[in-house]
Amino acid sequence: MLAKRIIPCLDVTAGRVVKGVSFVELRDAGDPVEIAKRYDDQGADELTFLDITASSDDRGIIFRIIEQVAEQVFIPLTVGGGVREVQDVRNLLNAGADKVSINTSAVVNPQLVADAASRYGSQCIVVAIDAKQTAPNKWEVFTHGGRKATGFDVIQWAKKMQKLGAGEILLTSMDQDGQKRGFDLALTRAVTDALEIPVIASGGVGNLQHLADGVKLGGADAVLAASIFHFGEYTVQQAKLHMAAQGIEVRL
Amino acid sequence: MVDVAIVDYGMGNLRSVHQAVHKVAPDASVCVTDDAKIIAAAKRVVFPGQGAMRDCMRELEARGLRQTVLDAARTKPFLGICIGLQMLFEHSSEGDVPGLGVLPGEVVRFASGLTDEQGGKLKVPHMGWNRVHHADHALWNGIEQDARFYFVHSYHVQPSDAALAQATSDYPTPFVCAVAKDNLFAVQFHPEKSAAAGLKLLQNFINWNPA
Repeated sequence: MLAKRIIPCLDVTAGRVVKGVSFVELRDAGDPVEIAKRYDDQGADELTFLDITASSDDRGIIFRIIEQVAEQVFIPLTVGGGVREVQDVRNLLNAGADKVSINTSAVVNPQLVADAASRYGSQCIVVAIDAKQTAPNKWEVFTHGGRKATGFDVIQWAKKMQKLGAGEILLTSMDQDGQKRGFDLALTRAVTDALEIPVIASGGVGNLQHLADGVKLGGADAVLAASIFHFGEYTVQQAKLHMAAQGIEVRL
Repeated sequence: MVDVAIVDYGMGNLRSVHQAVHKVAPDASVCVTDDAKIIAAAKRVVFPGQGAMRDCMRELEARGLRQTVLDAARTKPFLGICIGLQMLFEHSSEGDVPGLGVLPGEVVRFASGLTDEQGGKLKVPHMGWNRVHHADHALWNGIEQDARFYFVHSYHVQPSDAALAQATSDYPTPFVCAVAKDNLFAVQFHPEKSAAAGLKLLQNFINWNPA
């Protein structure tokens, strides 16, 4: 059967992998190409790069990083951050990305998702949704790294993105992100139950059981984590063994 | 004359296919091309595909490559990947579009509302690493039985000749994910994105000398 995927996430700025708590207090985690190779060796199922570069001067750096990683790592690579038009999607794919993640621009211009999916196929279009809880079992879509409310309901928004051609949803809980208390499982469950396309759970992983819970309780098709891998707390292999011991199908 | 021509008809990104072939055959000349002459002269041909089959067929026709691909599929070591597998068949229900008709059979969508043994929802597209149960063929040399490969697709092939099948995968019931006929081999998964097992299959293709 299909394995549940474990996806290490690399937040990249100025050519370095960094990790912060709720998008602040960034801490250096190392060289992106070296880190990508290490995760590949550990058995990562995919890698996600988020370009969080603030300055437009540094935009070109991510292309060189992806080119270098794609020469050495033969697993799917997703790249997000700053994707505003179809040409950005094209440039990232040409650099070696297999999928492109669209976040704020999907809210600003939903047609971008439809245009990119129809041009390059749904298989390479990931829509990233940053969600914040506003009431019990109610979540709202936020943009700009969680700073800006949109007024959109997460479930309705996710369904709309599926309809426009998204091949996958990367779902991040802004409430949980960086807190190391585990995924927002109710959010994950609500979105995955509402959709036909795969959902990647993100935000809040602090230990290996959180990853297993994302699949078993949240119903996620894939789980994404950053800091537990970056700072050597756990390897991807350990995460997979932990999940396999609980009867979760993984690629070992 | 190039050793390996990767057919480029403008659908999606072929860089990863090129890089993976280069990785397993560093001394071979590998070229991504839409030039019919280069494809016709190449020793081996890789035929990838991404996106919707209707668009792939249209772009292939627009570049005048239909006959070139048909000739290659019948005469030299030929590897179809993903939509490149699906296009070899007679017809796809995706957009109700005719394929190249090199192989008999249909391309059909996974049913919606599928569940696994535990009642978990099976999403479409079928995306991720699944086990591949393979037959005996030179392209599986050195690849473990039930090794995992990376898939991303919503449609799959249904050959009308069962002898074409070279591998199946389960989602949740078995579907054909590799076919072979004479000099032709084609897979639904992405060997270029399937880590060591995928690179091994590409290497086997480079070394393959069909009778």
